[in-house]
Amino acid sequence: MENPGPGTVYTETVIFAAPEQFVADAPYQLAIVTLDSGKRLTARIAGDRVTIGDAVDFAEYRDGVPFFSKKN
Amino acid sequence: MRIRPYESFGHARYSKQYMRPVAVIGIGKTAFGAFPDRDLRSLAVEAGQKCLADAGVSPSKVEAFYLGNFAGPSFVGQNHLAPYIAGAMGITGVPATRFEAACASSGSAFFHAVSAVGAGLYDLVLVGGVEKMTSQPTPKVTEILAGAGDMGGEGRAGATFPALFAMIARRHMYQYGTTREQMAAVAVKNHANGAKNPLAHMRKVITIEQALAGKPIAEPLNVYDCSLISDGAAAVLIAPLEHAAEFAGKAAKVLGIAQTSDHVALDEKDDITMFRAVKAAGEKAYKMAGVSPQDIQFAELHDCFTIAEIIATEDLGFVKKGEGGPYVQQGCTALNGPRPVNTSGGLKSKGHPVGATGVGQICDVVMQLRGDAGERQIARHALGLAQNLGGSGATAVVTILGAA
Repeated sequence: MENPGPGTVYTETVIFAAPEQFVADAPYQLAIVTLDSGKRLTARIAGDRVTIGDAVDFAEYRDGVPFFSKKN
Repeated sequence: MRIRPYESFGHARYSKQYMRPVAVIGIGKTAFGAFPDRDLRSLAVEAGQKCLADAGVSPSKVEAFYLGNFAGPSFVGQNHLAPYIAGAMGITGVPATRFEAACASSGSAFFHAVSAVGAGLYDLVLVGGVEKMTSQPTPKVTEILAGAGDMGGEGRAGATFPALFAMIARRHMYQYGTTREQMAAVAVKNHANGAKNPLAHMRKVITIEQALAGKPIAEPLNVYDCSLISDGAAAVLIAPLEHAAEFAGKAAKVLGIAQTSDHVALDEKDDITMFRAVKAAGEKAYKMAGVSPQDIQFAELHDCFTIAEIIATEDLGFVKKGEGGPYVQQGCTALNGPRPVNTSGGLKSKGHPVGATGVGQICDVVMQLRGDAGERQIARHALGLAQNLGGSGATAVVTILGAA
């Protein structure tokens, strides 16, 4: 799968009440990231919590889901 | 019937010029709540029979049955729901069809039924809506509801419906300064109204402090920002307006109606602080009815989450973009305010049996128009609006109803 590249957090939430297959992950942060290409992507956040406007880097795919992390 | 030139195709035919005026001549609702002893069909049949009795119509006169249901196959393992329910009411030998448009399933069924009667296909159509949700544990319900979103992207990443609206809320707060207190004000208002509704799921008055301190679901939304998981059914009977006076029920005119769509996934929308489908449906419905947003005296709006009601007041033009938060906080939409919103208690307190919600809203608007809303009856009740939202805005149905 291709690397979507870096982006900016457009919006985010931390999920406490998870669907059945994600119950073990909760709480976890979900975000919509605006990629530098302008395209938006729904992604999970790994590591530190992010807020709107934060710069994020693509980290990895886990089970086909893109994970981003706060830019250092 | 007028024939239109090809050049004019692509523009809605919805206008008085092309359609017969349609009226709602009967309404029927079950209570909304958690009913472990009731199955899906018995709820739908109860609503349908109440509706037919309200209009004084026998089942054999019904020419088509349109049913809204989101996820009966997932919640209770039953498919082929429309004839399954119609048959139990004694309605056979006519088209019986299920409509699925997530939380706007029965709004969509109603739109298509009005279209059919307006176009002259039928004179008498029963429109039902039903959902039986509480027989599944909450994580399973959460998973089934998530299927109204984009399961390939959002769903795979672990999004829930509250999470999608939480992300909408965050962005609305960021762009317009909307506050947690303003969202809590929606919950407090709707619970106050629902406490006066004998058919509501949670007849409990709550304080702003309680609403702010609820268990977190998806930040910034807590449990008091979320509508309820409910069982319930609703039904309306429609007929041409010119025949409305021949029936027992006090009629209401369908003055304007529109259904529109948008992308399912939030990340495909350029601005998530508004619902483009709602704006478009509202504009079409206003145009068809020949009224402006300021003419609307009261409304049932789709408060699946508190932020959704705030955005609906903006999308429908009751206030300017970004002013929905202060609008509710100042009491403008309270039962005794200038434009009451969700006098039924809304999805928040009345309950949200997903497939029943759209038709349930129509019933609640008609009750106000008739002056039959009991303790929650409002003074100005001649022109009302219902707005039904599917998913995170991929389907919208807006209906404007007037006293006949």
